[in-house]
Amino acid sequence: MSDNGKPKLAMYWASSCGGCEISLLNIHEHILDVDAIFDIAFFPCIADFKVKDVVGYPDGYIDVCLFNGAIRTSENEEMARLLRQKSKVLVAFGSCAYEGCIPALSNLTTREATLNTVYLDNPTVDNPERIIPQTVSEMPEGDLTLPVFYHTVKSLDQVVPVDYTIPGCPPEPHQIWTVVEAVANGLLKGAPLPPPGSIVGAEKVAVCEECARERNVKHIERFYRPYEINPDPNICLLEQGLMCMGIATRGGCGALCPLVGMGCRGCYGPVEGVEDQGAKMITAIASVMDVGQAGLHDEQALEKKIDALLDTIVDPAGTFYRFSMAHSMLQRTRANGHGRNN
Amino acid sequence: MSENQFEPLIIGFTCNWCSYRAADLAGLSREKYPPNVRLMRLMCSGRLDPAFVLKALQGGADAVIITGCHPGECHYLEQNYKALRRYLLLRRTLKQFGIEPERVQLIWASAAEGVRFAAEVNKIVERVRALGPLNWRAVVAANGDHPVHDLAALHAEEVTA
Repeated sequence: MSDNGKPKLAMYWASSCGGCEISLLNIHEHILDVDAIFDIAFFPCIADFKVKDVVGYPDGYIDVCLFNGAIRTSENEEMARLLRQKSKVLVAFGSCAYEGCIPALSNLTTREATLNTVYLDNPTVDNPERIIPQTVSEMPEGDLTLPVFYHTVKSLDQVVPVDYTIPGCPPEPHQIWTVVEAVANGLLKGAPLPPPGSIVGAEKVAVCEECARERNVKHIERFYRPYEINPDPNICLLEQGLMCMGIATRGGCGALCPLVGMGCRGCYGPVEGVEDQGAKMITAIASVMDVGQAGLHDEQALEKKIDALLDTIVDPAGTFYRFSMAHSMLQRTRANGHGRNN
Repeated sequence: MSENQFEPLIIGFTCNWCSYRAADLAGLSREKYPPNVRLMRLMCSGRLDPAFVLKALQGGADAVIITGCHPGECHYLEQNYKALRRYLLLRRTLKQFGIEPERVQLIWASAAEGVRFAAEVNKIVERVRALGPLNWRAVVAANGDHPVHDLAALHAEEVTA
């Protein structure tokens, strides 16, 4: 435990891909400032620390902990509790910690189905003995243990209290630096910190506000998947029938995806004040679907036409809740509901 | 009402101009429909944010009924078309969450259709009764497994109006 008077910084990954760490390292020359300002107390991606080091720290020893990744296993939860105890400020860093992100898409299915796909029923898997990891395996040398794989993926704030949230998959480097700078000023110069519970490093309004594409009245007659059309480079993607979540997604990224022709995936989560991103997306796109004027009074014909248009939206729940499943109102699927797809 | 029969809790969103008046007319004409439906009046079915439906289901409702003016008769010209599109997309999405489409139903009813309104509500209540309780919080707490319902406890929770 070094004591050079510098504030202590930690970054940990739970159920995540590692992209958040890379995005922190991607703040270019500012990474030198991070090193100058902070003493790294725990950061498994870039430096050799052990969990027992963290266990040995006094409570609140770490000034700022950037926690990325969702809570998928008992190990993730254990580390979240440990780091909460040892940190003055705990930041949910990135979409997984904030709202479940891609790992939480498995809340649309069951744990059994997930394990089945990963270990058994997959063309690239060779597992003739059909071995699935067990929490305890009895071996001649003794019992081997693995963390429990939970049924439901949770966000960090569903397990421990969180002080700040930085959205994004991953958060954009310029936003990360803005936040790190603000925290450093708070710690070193006593500058006021944002109110606890804030979402920092992002805008309050939608991605569309940052998007330079030209917007006109939308009449969508069908939706296209990205490979089906070459979109016009200057016009709103949603208007061209490409699923763009920008309309229901918090800005702050600079509308990077739409600007290069890929509809917004929704990774910054819902805009300020909205609880359920998917519900807002349903509201928004249903408002701009156009099934024409003919047959408007024939109730059944009308329903058929709308259904035909809706057939062009593949996997609505997975699209509208791609990043926000764990934080959505419903959180997960009902495994044995009658409407079950799988 | 038998002691052990499951009484579904259904939230109904009605529009001010047609379907709420249909419900009113049903009452005035002494048309009977079960008290399982709690009606909430919106100005228009087009005002219905799908989040209202999700909130109702998450908060303990077993089903949601959305009602509006017949196509072509909306007080705000075409907002009921918007409601229909949202409803159809929402139902597809809910199916992926394991929620049966029968638990979210749309009814068109004009201000003169009190009898139809009562009949449709009757049908829906029976359908939801057959499906059983939704109890979404317990579903999430049980990681998606359908909880074993204790009907007596369910009735004990019921708040009488």
